[in-house]
Amino acid sequence: MSTGTTKLDVVVSDVVPVNELVTRFHFRRRDGELLPTFSGGAHVVVEMRDGDRTRLNPYSLMGSPLDTREYTISVRRDDVGRGGSLFMHRSVKAGLEMVISYPVNLFSLDLRAKKHLMLAGGIGITPFMAQTAQLAGEGGNFELHYTCRTASLGTYADLLRERYDRRIRLYHDDLDERIELDRLLSTQPLGTHLYVCGPAGMINWVRDRAASLGWPPEAVHFEHFAAPQPGLPFDVTLAVSGKTIRVGEQQSLLEAIEAAGVDPPYLCRGGVCGQCETNVISYDGKFIHNDHWLSEEDHRSGWKIMPCVSRFEGKSLVLER
Amino acid sequence: MGITFRKETFRDDFTFRNSPEHIRRFPFPFHEDAYMYAVNIEPHVIGPKGSVLENLIDVDEHYVAEMQDRALVLAEDPLRCQSLPHMTLAGWDLLELLMEQQALGYPEHFTLERDGDRWRWINRPLGIDDTFTFGDTSTLPYGPMEYITRQSQGDFCILDQRDGNLWMDAGMVTTQADWSLDFDIGMNFFEWHAPVPLAHEKGIFVRALKFLTNIQQGKPARRLNWTMTVNPRLDTSPENYHKWGPDRTTVTPENVGDKVHLRVELQSFWRLPRSNGIVFPIRCYLIKMDELVTQPKWARRLHRVIRDLPEELATYKGLTRYRPTLVEWLSKLDDGSATSSGFGPD
Amino acid sequence: MAAKSIISRPVYGTLSPQPGKHHLFIADAEGALAISDMAARAPAGFFEGAEIVYIPDPGGKHVAALEALKPAQFHQAPSFASLLPRLKQTLSNAHMGLRLYLAGTEGLIGQAMQVALEAGIDHTSMQTEHRGSLARRMQCVHCKGITENVTTQPAICAHCGLLLLVRDHYSRRLAAFQGVCINAEDRSEMPPIEEAFP
Repeated sequence: MSTGTTKLDVVVSDVVPVNELVTRFHFRRRDGELLPTFSGGAHVVVEMRDGDRTRLNPYSLMGSPLDTREYTISVRRDDVGRGGSLFMHRSVKAGLEMVISYPVNLFSLDLRAKKHLMLAGGIGITPFMAQTAQLAGEGGNFELHYTCRTASLGTYADLLRERYDRRIRLYHDDLDERIELDRLLSTQPLGTHLYVCGPAGMINWVRDRAASLGWPPEAVHFEHFAAPQPGLPFDVTLAVSGKTIRVGEQQSLLEAIEAAGVDPPYLCRGGVCGQCETNVISYDGKFIHNDHWLSEEDHRSGWKIMPCVSRFEGKSLVLER
Repeated sequence: MGITFRKETFRDDFTFRNSPEHIRRFPFPFHEDAYMYAVNIEPHVIGPKGSVLENLIDVDEHYVAEMQDRALVLAEDPLRCQSLPHMTLAGWDLLELLMEQQALGYPEHFTLERDGDRWRWINRPLGIDDTFTFGDTSTLPYGPMEYITRQSQGDFCILDQRDGNLWMDAGMVTTQADWSLDFDIGMNFFEWHAPVPLAHEKGIFVRALKFLTNIQQGKPARRLNWTMTVNPRLDTSPENYHKWGPDRTTVTPENVGDKVHLRVELQSFWRLPRSNGIVFPIRCYLIKMDELVTQPKWARRLHRVIRDLPEELATYKGLTRYRPTLVEWLSKLDDGSATSSGFGPD
Repeated sequence: MAAKSIISRPVYGTLSPQPGKHHLFIADAEGALAISDMAARAPAGFFEGAEIVYIPDPGGKHVAALEALKPAQFHQAPSFASLLPRLKQTLSNAHMGLRLYLAGTEGLIGQAMQVALEAGIDHTSMQTEHRGSLARRMQCVHCKGITENVTTQPAICAHCGLLLLVRDHYSRRLAAFQGVCINAEDRSEMPPIEEAFP
């Protein structure tokens, strides 16, 4: 039983700077056919060939699921990250041929909801672009609360206001505008589902307040792809394939495993989906777990690691790969 | 050259038969001389020409007769087709999938023309030529799921995926092996499988669910399941059990070959793109014992499987009453010689 | 409760106080005891945001004990059918954060859950505790009629008269166990009818 996604051969059809940090990329199929249909909240994994390095980063699809002539993603430049967003900003131009995965949805709408309440922070707005388009097309009931640093960094805020008017509420940090979260969460009709996408601190805050105010976890949905963090290089033995590899400072463990010619399954590459979960055979050192998939108990046990986002510091690590 | 559709019935006078070519392509479900549950899921990819896997959605000589039988069941009991309110979008996904696959596999019988959301669907065997707006329910005579599943062989369950589970929230179920959509609709994966013996203890459903929730668009999967039915009756629903149940008392050594049928389900699993749901088509194939034993390997193997089947499974599959008669009849066709591995006839 | 059952058979827990400010209790007969037991573990002021809807036995037992909890609202009803309009109104005006607690007979728990599901509350977020009779609501799979308070195995369908095996297979949507004809294959077989769900 194998999992994983099929690949799509695409060409970059347009590159549009949105503001000082965010650029939008458009993809079409090289063969001119329509792209696969997707659902609001889906992401694709973009393969970036940067010299002899390959990076695979997930980005939410932000176009309307009703239009599959092209896919669009928005990438926020991260000057201190591992370089994926910088590569997109500096090296990806219209006409470049790229490979992306089929869409996968790990943040899908609960269509039973009597109302969809959406909370976005910063670049976390992107999955909601597709979800609002999908819901608007079906006459769905939604309300989006969007927090951004300044009006000029409020990516797509104007567009959303134009499309959906008062269903969009904006909050600007520089004007000291704050979402009245407790009040908002206490006045939603029964059957409302809550969706939150943004920085980790925002997600944790919203989940905590919702739980305290009696929201059941089934009605609270969140998406937080952890970007792999850089760290000290470390060595790993892959017991099944009989290889010893070095994980570089700017490389994730999963990328290093792939670079050695071993291909674990993956979907999100952000510590969420569970596909690349790997058993630890032995270790001497400490794990730096960054995923949202394994339980705390798994983290303490030293038996499992999610190589897409987690790292290791110490003398030796042997994995069942 | 197209398919020649048979005129036949699955009730009353039971004129259902398989042609010799259809006997050869029957999806015999036992790859060895014994049977036990396993997570026997594999990628649903195109198989050899002349097999039921020649197309991913199979249409065969029984198509027209099966669709007529479905219409009769629905006229009697409309609750066999239900969709909870949030499942309409998934119904459109299914309509797209079945129209595309049937038109792709059988262009002489089905044509789909798409111009934006303006679609034209031609189904020649059933004499249908409809133009409608994709996504607009008011342009079809039924809801999208009911419309297309009245024109597609097999039962269909549409599952909503939430909270790490699959929920049976819509379906068209008229050829079921003794389970009730009306009762099970709204249940999760473990609940609707609850009456199945032995498999829960073996952890089968936990592993199967993990696999199914990770099914990706463009990568469907499949498995085979089986049971037996007395008379070629498609509608063996619990609703009508008191009507078809007495059939099980009518098996005699003289009529086994004509009355007892192996019933194989080809189940496939597909991610639906707009709704992020999963559709689970359950395609039912029937073959009477007289037809099955024309392949000596199948006769020998079926004898051994039925003879050695654990009692709980025999009871669950409803074989108890006629198993001794069937085993005795099959034993005469089993000379004890080895069978080759794999499903196909020798 | 049956020693060995199946996964679709509902499992009931013990009521426990949930976070949030609004709490709705629905109970019948001995279900009141489940609420009283929980009250002993509830934080101070818990019942200030609570509504209790109670269907007592004819003698009115336990009513005083529930009133003594001083809930914000207390309502007594003679039957589930009689409280249904009120319950629907309460739920349609309610907000997210309302927590639901159901205690008493399986029939009461199942029917209240059915209404709450339609209002948009997920079944896993409801607290339930079974107290009192094990009598079952049963749906005849053949004629679709519901027979209340089934205590025997097998049982006769009150609508079509078929003799039904009362299965453990349970539907939340219908709030009923499934009844399937027990002698469908040979109607002359008449298994004895025994008390099974006292």
